Amino acid sequence: MNEKTAKSGEKGVLKRIAGPVVTAVNINAHMYDVVKVGHEELMGEVIKIQGNNTIIQVYEDTSGIRPGEPVSNTGLSLAVELGPGLLTSIYDGIQRPLSVLVDKMGDFIERGVSAPGLDHAKKWEFKPLVKEGDRLGPGSIFGEVQETNIVHKIMVPPNMKGGIVKSIKSGSFTIEDIVCVLDNGDQLTMMQKWPVRVPRPSKEKVNPTIPLITGQRILDGLFPIAKGGTAAIPGPFGSGKTVTQQQLAKWSDAEIVVYIGCGERGNEMTEVLTEFPELEDPKTGKPLMERTVLIANTSNMPVAAREASVYTGITIAEYFRDMGYDVSLMADSTSRWAEAMREISSRLEEMPGEEGYPAYLAARLSEFYERAGLIKTLNGDSGSVSVIGAVSPPGGDFSEPVTQNTLRIVKVFWALDAKLSQRRHFPAINWLNSYSLYLDTLHDWYDKEVSPEWNLIRSWAMEILQKEAELQEIVQLVGSDALPEAEQITIEVARMIREIFLQQNAYDPVDTFCDMTKQYDMMKAIRAYSDLAYAAQAVGVTPTQIIAVKAKGEMPQIKFIKDYKPALEKIQKDMEAEFNALRSSA
Amino acid sequence: MKEYRTITQIAGPLVFVEKTEPVGYGELVNIILFDGSVKRGQVLDTSDDLVVVQVFETTAGIGRDSGVRFTGETIKMPVGREMLGRILSGGGKPIDGGPEIVPEKRLDITGAAINPYARASPNEFIQTGISTIDGTNTLVRGQKLPIFSGAGLPHNNVALQIARQAKVPGSTEEFAVVFAAMGITKEEANYFMQDFERTGALERAVVFLNLADDPAVERIITPRLALTTAEYLAFELGMHVLVILTDMTNYCEALRQIGAAREEVPGRRGYPGYMYTDLASIYERAGIIKGKKGSVTQIPILTMPGDDITHPIPDLTGYITEGQIVVNRDLHRKGIYPPINVLPSLSRLMNLGIGKEHTREDHKKVSDQMYAGYAEGNDLRGLVAIVGKDALSERDRTFLEFADLFENRFVRQGYDEDRSIVDTLDLGWDLLATLPVEQLVRIDRDLINKYHPKFRQAGKAQG
Repeated sequence: MNEKTAKSGEKGVLKRIAGPVVTAVNINAHMYDVVKVGHEELMGEVIKIQGNNTIIQVYEDTSGIRPGEPVSNTGLSLAVELGPGLLTSIYDGIQRPLSVLVDKMGDFIERGVSAPGLDHAKKWEFKPLVKEGDRLGPGSIFGEVQETNIVHKIMVPPNMKGGIVKSIKSGSFTIEDIVCVLDNGDQLTMMQKWPVRVPRPSKEKVNPTIPLITGQRILDGLFPIAKGGTAAIPGPFGSGKTVTQQQLAKWSDAEIVVYIGCGERGNEMTEVLTEFPELEDPKTGKPLMERTVLIANTSNMPVAAREASVYTGITIAEYFRDMGYDVSLMADSTSRWAEAMREISSRLEEMPGEEGYPAYLAARLSEFYERAGLIKTLNGDSGSVSVIGAVSPPGGDFSEPVTQNTLRIVKVFWALDAKLSQRRHFPAINWLNSYSLYLDTLHDWYDKEVSPEWNLIRSWAMEILQKEAELQEIVQLVGSDALPEAEQITIEVARMIREIFLQQNAYDPVDTFCDMTKQYDMMKAIRAYSDLAYAAQAVGVTPTQIIAVKAKGEMPQIKFIKDYKPALEKIQKDMEAEFNALRSSA
Repeated sequence: MKEYRTITQIAGPLVFVEKTEPVGYGELVNIILFDGSVKRGQVLDTSDDLVVVQVFETTAGIGRDSGVRFTGETIKMPVGREMLGRILSGGGKPIDGGPEIVPEKRLDITGAAINPYARASPNEFIQTGISTIDGTNTLVRGQKLPIFSGAGLPHNNVALQIARQAKVPGSTEEFAVVFAAMGITKEEANYFMQDFERTGALERAVVFLNLADDPAVERIITPRLALTTAEYLAFELGMHVLVILTDMTNYCEALRQIGAAREEVPGRRGYPGYMYTDLASIYERAGIIKGKKGSVTQIPILTMPGDDITHPIPDLTGYITEGQIVVNRDLHRKGIYPPINVLPSLSRLMNLGIGKEHTREDHKKVSDQMYAGYAEGNDLRGLVAIVGKDALSERDRTFLEFADLFENRFVRQGYDEDRSIVDTLDLGWDLLATLPVEQLVRIDRDLINKYHPKFRQAGKAQG
C-alpha cells in the first residue's frame, strides 16, 4: 500500500513543530489553503508543499502542540468578510475583531478562539436601489446601508455572473439574510468574502490627477501624493513616522481610511483607538472613527498574522474603492511585514537573499503597492486606493533592501531625517531628499483649485531651500557674516520657509490641519517679505536691519490662529510700512 | 513520567533527543545527570523522530547517558505577594537564604500579548525629579523607556535615581520595583543592592540576579520571569510596577549564541533574524489595562557597543520602545551628571502625559523651544571651532551661550536632587529668557506673557 495516495484526504497529522512553522503529513492541501492545526484548531495557512509534507504557517502561538495531533483542511484560502460593520472596527491581522476577542478571552490574547470579522446577528436597514427586472452585472450596486455617516453600498460580488433581478427586499436584515434573488437562482446577501491575496478586479486603472489633500504643509505644498498614488515614508526610529502616518489618517481628505499597525507598538494603537472617536473629520464634523477601519497586529502578536495583516488591510480598502470611494491606506510599518516574511522564510530554510530577506521580497512589495490606484470600477464608477507605507530602515540606513525595493515602486518619497527631529523640526521630512513624481500630473489641479501662481511660488520656495543648502556649506566654513548681503537675506528667507511654512505642530489644535488656501497665503506672505527685503537691500539697507523687521516676527503666530486673515493682513501692512521707513532712511 | 536516555548530540546549549513520545513545542524539560542533579531546558523543535532542547544552564556534565524528562507543560513561574523583598536567581530560585516561595499562582512565563483593545492609554505623568526626563522626555505610567548608554557611563546611577525618586504627584497608590539583572558583574549587582537597602526600596522590590558568571542561556528566561512577576503584581494585585532590566545587550548576546548553535541563517551582525520579534515579546509587556488598577512601566538599560546607536541592539530596541534616554560620553567627560543628551533622546508618550491636566499648559512648547535652541547652539559650537566666536552674529552668540547654560543648569543636577516639575519648567523659562523674545517662535504669545520671567515679574509687580 502506498501511504501517500491511500490516506490523502481532508485530515492529516502533525509531524514537526518549530515555532510558527509546522509540518503536517497525509493531508491533501493546496497552496494558501487555510487549515486548522492541533486539538485546539489553531488557524494556519499552507505555504509550502513538499511530497507528502505540507508546511503550514500558524497564526497563533504553537507552544505545547505535539506531533501526532490532527490537522484539517478547510479547503478555502484566507479570506475576509466584507459588508456592513467594517467601519469603526479594530481587527487583528486575520480579521478577528479585537473587541470580540476581549469578550471571549479577556485582556490577553489567548489562542484557539475564532471570531467572524463581521457581526452576523446585527440587523442593518437595507435600502434597495434596483427593482425587479433590472439587470445586474458583477460589481453592480443593488442596495445601500447607512452604516455610520458613510453609506455602505451593497454590491454583487465581482466573481458572480449577475443576471436579472427576480426579487429584492427592503427593510431590516442581517448580513446573512438573502436580500436579492436573480433569475439564474443566485441569492445575494449584504456580505461577500474575498481571498486576501488576490487583488479585487476593476475595469481599468487610470492615471491619477487629483492630489490627496492632507493638511500637512510640506506634503500638500511641496511633495504631494495623488489620490490613487503610492508613497513611502522611510526614517530611523524617533523621526516621526508614526506621527506622520497618524496625521495622514486623521486629516487626509479620503472618504475611507484603513490603518494597519503592522508589528508596531500596542500603546500606539491604543492612542489611535482613544483619539479617533474624539477627533472630528474637518469636512463632515463627524468622529474620524466613523470612516476608519483599524488593523492592529502588534509586534508581540503572532508573526504569521503580521504577514497576513497588510493583505487583510488592502483587501478591505479595495472593497470600499469598488463602491466608488477614495480610500487611503496607511501601513505602519512595511519593514515589520518584510521581517515577518524573513522570519517565516528562514524557518522554511529557504536560500536567503540580501540581509537574510527572502529572494521574493521585491516581488511581494511591488505586488502590494500595485494594488493601489485610481480605477474604473466594474460598474463604471471611479474609486481609488492611495497607499502610504512607512519603512523602518535599520540604523536609518536607506540602502537596506526594504527601503530600496520600496523606492523602486512608489512615486512619492518622504524622507524622514533624525537630525531634524532632534531639533524638533516636525514633521521631520527632509526637503532636499524627498520627492514627488506627481508634480506634473497635479500641476493643472493646483493651477485651477489653488491659484495660477501656486506652481510658481512652489518652485520659488524649493529654489530658495536648495540655495540655502549650498550657502550653509560656506557658512560652515566662514560664518554667516562673511556672506554677501543678498545671500544673507536668502538665508533668512529660507529660515522663514523652514520655521514658518515647513514646521507644523501636530499637537496644536489649529496648526494640526492647514488647508490649501492658508498654505498659499502663508507662502505668499513669506514671498512678500522676500521681495521687500531684496528691494530694500538694493537701495542700501543693511541685512541686519532687514532681518530685524519687527512685523515678520509675528508671522509664526499665524500658524496657531484659526481666523488668520486679519492678523496676516496686519502683518503685511506693518511689514510694508517698516520697509518704507527703512528705504527712506537709507 | 517517562525518562529517556536517547540523547544523540550535544552542541553548545542544545541537546538533541531521539525517538520520544510526542513532545509539545515549548515544553519544559528536566535533564537528570548521573549524580542526580537536574538541569532545565525548553523544547525548541519537535518532531516524530527528533526533539531539540535548549538547556538554560551550562551543558557541563550532560552526556549520552543522561536522562531526559518531558514535563508536559510550558515553563511556569510561581508567583505571590511574598516575593516582595526577595532576591532570586536568574532562573527564579531564591538566593537570599530565605525559604522557597509559596506560590499563589503559577503563570506561563512567555506571557500572552495584551489585546490592544483592552489597553488603556497611558497618560499619568511620572515625576522622576530629573529635569532632562521630566521636562524634555517625560515618562508616563505604562511606558517602556530604555536608557541607551555606553560602557563606563553612569547609567546605573540614573536608573537608581529614577527608581528612588519616581512618583506620581498626588498619588499614594501601591508601587513596587522589579529588578532583573542579566550578565552584570557581582560588583554592579552589589551597587544596586546597597542602594536598594540604603533607601529601603528592597522591601518593595523583587530582584532577579543573573550575574556575569551565571550561564548565558539562563539570561533568555530572566527578563520573562521578571515580567511575569511584574504582570502579576500589577494586574492581579493592583500595584504600579517599575521594571528595570539591565543589561539587554547581554540578553541579545545570549540570543545570538543560541541562534549560532542552531545554525540559523543570521541577520545583521550575526544576530538572529527574529530578534525584533523576540525583543518585542519582552518590551511589549508594559502598559495599563482598562478597568485594572495597576500598571507595568519598563526601563530597560542597554550599553551600545562602541556607543553606536545604529548597532542592531539599540536600533531594534528603539523601534519597539516608546522612546529612549541617551546617556552621552561627551557630557560625562565634561563632568555633567546626569549626562543625558536630550537631542537623540525622546519620549513618544510625552504628549499624553503633559499639558494642562497633567503638568502645566506650557510644558510642550517650552520643551520644544529648548530643544530647538539647544540644537542650534550645539551646531554653532562646530562653527566656532573653525571661525572663532567673533565671526558669529549677535543672534548666534546668544544661542551658543544658551547651549552652555542648558547643559550647566538644566541638565546638570545632583544624584540626590529631586526637582519638581514646576521647578523644572520654571528653570526652563529662566534659560529661555536669555534668548530674544522674538526668537521664541514655538511658543504662542499668551504663554509667553504668562510665564516668561520678564512679563511674569512685570505682571506680578502690577498685581
